[in-house]
Amino acid sequence: MKRLASLLAAGVATLALAGPTLACGGLIGPNGAVNLLRTTTFAGYHDGVEHYVTAFEFAGGGGEFGSIVPLPDIPTNVERGGDWTLQRLVLETQPQDIAEAFDLALPGPAAGAAEVLLETRIDALDITVLRGGGDEVGAWARQHGFRLPPDAPEVLDFYAERSPVFMAAVFDADAAAERGQAIGDGTPVHLTIPTDNPWVPLRILALGRTEAEVVQADVFLLTDERPAMLPNPSVINPESGLRLEHSAPATDLLLSDLRSDTGMGWVPEKAWLTKVAVDAPAADLRFDLAIDTSGRDAPSLIDAGFRPFGPLPAPASPPAAVWVLLVVMAIGLPLGGAWLVSLSARGGLGGGMGGGRPLAGA
Amino acid sequence: MPRRTHRSEIVRVRGLPVMAVLLVLGGTATACGSHQPLRVEIRVHYSRFEPSTVTVPRGVPVTFVLVNTDPIDHEWLIGDAAFHQRHRTGTEAVHEERPNELTLPALHAVQTTLTFDEPGELAFICHLPGHEAYGMVGTLTVL
Repeated sequence: MKRLASLLAAGVATLALAGPTLACGGLIGPNGAVNLLRTTTFAGYHDGVEHYVTAFEFAGGGGEFGSIVPLPDIPTNVERGGDWTLQRLVLETQPQDIAEAFDLALPGPAAGAAEVLLETRIDALDITVLRGGGDEVGAWARQHGFRLPPDAPEVLDFYAERSPVFMAAVFDADAAAERGQAIGDGTPVHLTIPTDNPWVPLRILALGRTEAEVVQADVFLLTDERPAMLPNPSVINPESGLRLEHSAPATDLLLSDLRSDTGMGWVPEKAWLTKVAVDAPAADLRFDLAIDTSGRDAPSLIDAGFRPFGPLPAPASPPAAVWVLLVVMAIGLPLGGAWLVSLSARGGLGGGMGGGRPLAGA
Repeated sequence: MPRRTHRSEIVRVRGLPVMAVLLVLGGTATACGSHQPLRVEIRVHYSRFEPSTVTVPRGVPVTFVLVNTDPIDHEWLIGDAAFHQRHRTGTEAVHEERPNELTLPALHAVQTTLTFDEPGELAFICHLPGHEAYGMVGTLTVL
């Protein structure tokens, strides 16, 4: 898994902001209702480490809400995120909507046998990093009082087969209110995830949606090089729901601003900024966004969710002619070798091939 | 409406040892013996009933084995259109009393036996929020 930072020495940053949408995971209330709180997410990838920042908005009301976020690997650290990273990225591509952009990103309202890898509390959020299959993570959610929507079993398996690591965030609205958090306030969470397989989870955005509901999100990628993506938003049929809206070198000012935020010192000196808009019916959003910044222009079909995971299929049996050839070689080579040894002992090969009798016909 | 026959039973599915003794039917009820009820197994996977169409004879006890392989709870409620309309707006969180209204706990198998006296068509549906719209609907035909 920890393949070569040098091959993938690039950053991947995502920020899902638009509209009344779940940016990074399904938010499920104890009554089974999906709460369409806006969630913002940033995931940067550099030198083999993904930095994933998600902000959970406080939307008022009481009780608890949960969010499940698939992760590409096991995080080594979970901490409170910086204060302006998300807002700054929005500004970079939507400069004409400064006020609105700040409003979007401002802090706001926002199992079973699964192995608990990490637990921490950040403001009014209880964060648990879990490792387990879809059944285990589903059971954990159930045991913690959250009813997953009917598509959850299939979606959890979809992710668990690739990377059985999830972040479950339980947002305690009552605690948020007690802390004085106002509606619109958010809590950014920063995960540090060493991995060689950066990908942007998109299918999870449709969790709990009806087939016709439209998922809208903006995905920001920050990479060392111009990324190759699958599906490719620059050529994909618009009906598939991805649209390339920005692709250019990141400005020095943007990188400097990002670097100055808490925990963002990893931001490289040079990077490429890409913005992909997601605008698709939930029924069509059955893939993730695979990223390749190695220069090979080969984003993974598996990372995009287009191929099943698990062990590779056994190679097909070689054709009969190959078996015949192998049998002939198995029998013929030892016999030929013995004949050569015998010939050599009789002097037939002495002095080199050039001076001996021709092998053919011997 | 189906006649009540047996109380339902719940068996934990994890590891699926119970599956070995169940009869897989593929949509049509069959009898294990002249004095035993017919057995129909319906699997719930990824929030779908498999099979979603079942045919049984009238006047014969039929044991339904509902195997929920999902990590989330489901329901199996069988009845006519009026019955389902009531349940769409119902507030009963758990179904334990009536053999044609079953709660299917996650990763468990539940069994119930019903007798259908009248020929016709009934529906079995999960009425948990969003599940019917997602496709958790099946049809039972009584011949």
